[in-house]
Amino acid sequence: MGDIWEGISAGFWLVVTLDPDLVEITLMSLRVTVTATIVASCLALPFGAWLAIRRFRYRRFVIAVLNALMGLPPVVVGLIVYLMLSRSGPFGVLGLLFTPTAMIIAQVIIVTPLIASIAHQAIRDIWAEYHDLLISMSTSKWQRILTLIWDGRRALLTAALAGFGRAIGEVGAIMIVGGNIDHATRVLTTAIALETGKGDFSLALGLGFVLIGLAVTVNILIHAIGRTERDGKW
Amino acid sequence: MVTPILPLVMSGAVVKRRSKTLLGPVDLTISQSGFTIIMGPNGAGKTTLLRSLHGLERFAQGQQRWQVPLQEARRRQGFVFQSPIMLRRSVLENLIYPLRLRGTKRGRATALARDWAQRVGLDDALDHPAPQLSGGEKQKLALARALIPQPDIVFLDEPCANLDGRATREIETILQKANAAGTRIVMATHNIGQAKRLATDVVFLLNGQIAEQSPAHAFFNTPQTPQAAALLRGDIVE
Ligand SMILES: Nc1ncnc2c1ncn2[C@@H]1O[C@H](COP(=O)(O)OP(=O)(O)OP(=O)(O)O)[C@@H](O)[C@H]1O
Ligand SMILES: [Mg+2]
Repeated sequence: MGDIWEGISAGFWLVVTLDPDLVEITLMSLRVTVTATIVASCLALPFGAWLAIRRFRYRRFVIAVLNALMGLPPVVVGLIVYLMLSRSGPFGVLGLLFTPTAMIIAQVIIVTPLIASIAHQAIRDIWAEYHDLLISMSTSKWQRILTLIWDGRRALLTAALAGFGRAIGEVGAIMIVGGNIDHATRVLTTAIALETGKGDFSLALGLGFVLIGLAVTVNILIHAIGRTERDGKW
Repeated sequence: MVTPILPLVMSGAVVKRRSKTLLGPVDLTISQSGFTIIMGPNGAGKTTLLRSLHGLERFAQGQQRWQVPLQEARRRQGFVFQSPIMLRRSVLENLIYPLRLRGTKRGRATALARDWAQRVGLDDALDHPAPQLSGGEKQKLALARALIPQPDIVFLDEPCANLDGRATREIETILQKANAAGTRIVMATHNIGQAKRLATDVVFLLNGQIAEQSPAHAFFNTPQTPQAAALLRGDIVE
């Protein structure tokens, strides 16, 4: 019991004093996950919106695939990205394995279906609500899309934040493709796993506090967006 | 001189959902001027007829023709739904929306929107989110939003259903003004008093068919069907 309390206070101290290792690892985590979230959003938000509006033959099938992809185990994604990027794999020449870029690729694959699925649902709901009005006003296809994206902007932002929340806490895939290399590809989750394994609980707990802080912040933001939605601000 | 879009001629129109016939076959001509009131019991097909005239329903049989190409006809009509559809935006943004679609500059659109908000008594609510308005306020907003682009014809589906006496009178005044200024109006209502005040002619629907179509005075004085007579007496129409 004493060990744990010592670890917690030491970890807390590391956060308060902005321990250089902790800061470096945190920044690497943010760099990878923010980039992955932006890339994934650029792919997923328009795709989700398009899926909500367009009727085509295999739409149901595509949605089913999307939902299935959402449940992909991250470790398996890591394994596949590893195989693709490894020296003997099809993209081996690029030399991306064990770089932040590899981690970004893995995270993009993991969160794109999630963001697309949330965006799809949100835009579909608004489209169902607006359908008759927008048809009645004889809007063009582009006017419709812009209207739905604009009035769904909070939901789309929420989707992106949910993607960020999923990616920042993910271990399996980035451990495999990033390798948890000190000063290169070590991020919050992989570092926690490593330090815990080594028995250095203070750094692990300090990193854990940062991770919890980030997760809580994202959830507060999502909640706040929901409130402005109800209040109709911006 | 702009080509008039009316008369609108509907012939043999049938609307079905799955195999159930909701409307028709209906032959109906909407002439160039007037104030047509559509009456009939719940489920008679008033909403379906209005939506069909506006082009929101697909016909299983029959067709209809405007005097101008469909694209243009679509731009020159307005519709007020039975349950108002609010954009998730402020009252002002809702009013501006149809004008902006047509390329009106923001400043001019805003000025027009303020004017219309005042006419329907929503000038204090311009910055309120429209989805939070009361049922009656939503109907007023939907009406103003439909009239603001000065359509040649506007279809209204029970626009006063949630309004109190005073608001109803204000809306009727607005509609009569618009009508006098040349806007063709086709409107469904259950309110017999309102029908008498506004109608120049009446279409009476029963079970998806036009049971009676006459000038207003004829309909109200000498209804041709027992059901219309019962409705006007205030009896329940079976
Ligand atoms: N989506 C739908 N699917 C199946 N039946 C429908 C659908 N919409 C309407 N109907 C049916 O079509 C008929 C006509 O409906 P409509 O809404 O046109 O009636 P209405 O005259 O407007 O009634 P109210 O006075 O209640 O507004 C009704 O019997 C209704 O149940
Ligand atoms: Mg109706």
